[in-house]
Amino acid sequence: MTSRLSDPVSPAAEPTRLSARALKIVIAGGFAAGKTTFVESISEITPLTTEAPMTHLAIGVDNTGDVKTKTTTTVAMDFGRITLGETTMLYLFGTPGQDRFWFMWDELVRGAVGAVVIADTRRLADSFPALDFFESRSVPYVVALNTFDGKLSHSPEAVREALSIAPGIPIMAVDCRRRAETKQSLIELVKHAITRKRTD
Amino acid sequence: MDAADSAPSRFVRQYALTQGRVRSTGADLELDTLVQSTARGRSTSTGLPSEQRTILQLTASPLSIAEISAHLHLHLGIARVLVSDLVADGLVLVSERSGGANGPDLPTLERLLDDLQAL
Repeated sequence: MTSRLSDPVSPAAEPTRLSARALKIVIAGGFAAGKTTFVESISEITPLTTEAPMTHLAIGVDNTGDVKTKTTTTVAMDFGRITLGETTMLYLFGTPGQDRFWFMWDELVRGAVGAVVIADTRRLADSFPALDFFESRSVPYVVALNTFDGKLSHSPEAVREALSIAPGIPIMAVDCRRRAETKQSLIELVKHAITRKRTD
Repeated sequence: MDAADSAPSRFVRQYALTQGRVRSTGADLELDTLVQSTARGRSTSTGLPSEQRTILQLTASPLSIAEISAHLHLHLGIARVLVSDLVADGLVLVSERSGGANGPDLPTLERLLDDLQAL
């Protein structure tokens, strides 16, 4: 046998990669801002959790004080899925609950379409770490102001000013329980990512 | 996750499955990399740990690394190593990376926009 191609059972004729592909969007925000509710509202599966044990140096970021300690913790990430057409799966990954798991955020944003930052207008400062992270990594993002019980404590423009969010970045009110609204915020994110890609 | 799942013995067992390896070799496996068993993978039932046989069954339709990890209650790194071995043996195929450092390309984003609007 001189050629693999002439072998009827040769794997050479088989595809080496799946034609199906996955895309991901990161759902970020402070504690209890509504990330899981957001994912639940639009995911076709009950949100799942994947876990990774992490050994790392915690340097002065805990409430325990400014000490360097090596610790092993488990980072948990909730995620959901939306099947688009025949061959595309869109995954929505919630960021780990604690901001200090930055190393996991790097993995989350690698190759991502972008991020939706969910902000609770009663606790705007909670969204600072996520905004800073996506800005520093040049990850496209939009800001979703969670309208708890239909109320917003501050208007989108007041929030833009308070959080120093650049004019081109969409900010919208979103009831994270309502699929039509969470879907619209994903659409706004993709539009924003397209605009950025075109102007790069 | 309940207390029994976090017990040290379970943790040790997970690493024993991969002979202590925590990084996958070869295949570039992201959280959202899709995995699907090949015809050969689906007909293979012997000589593999039960976790890998379960992965071959679960991935008759494409499933992400994250989903495999969640369904099997395996840590992400373990799921990656097990899938990586299945790739090396030709028992599963995996999807291309969804995007480089700058995310998916423009045509992909435009198609995603159409798909979301049609949802």
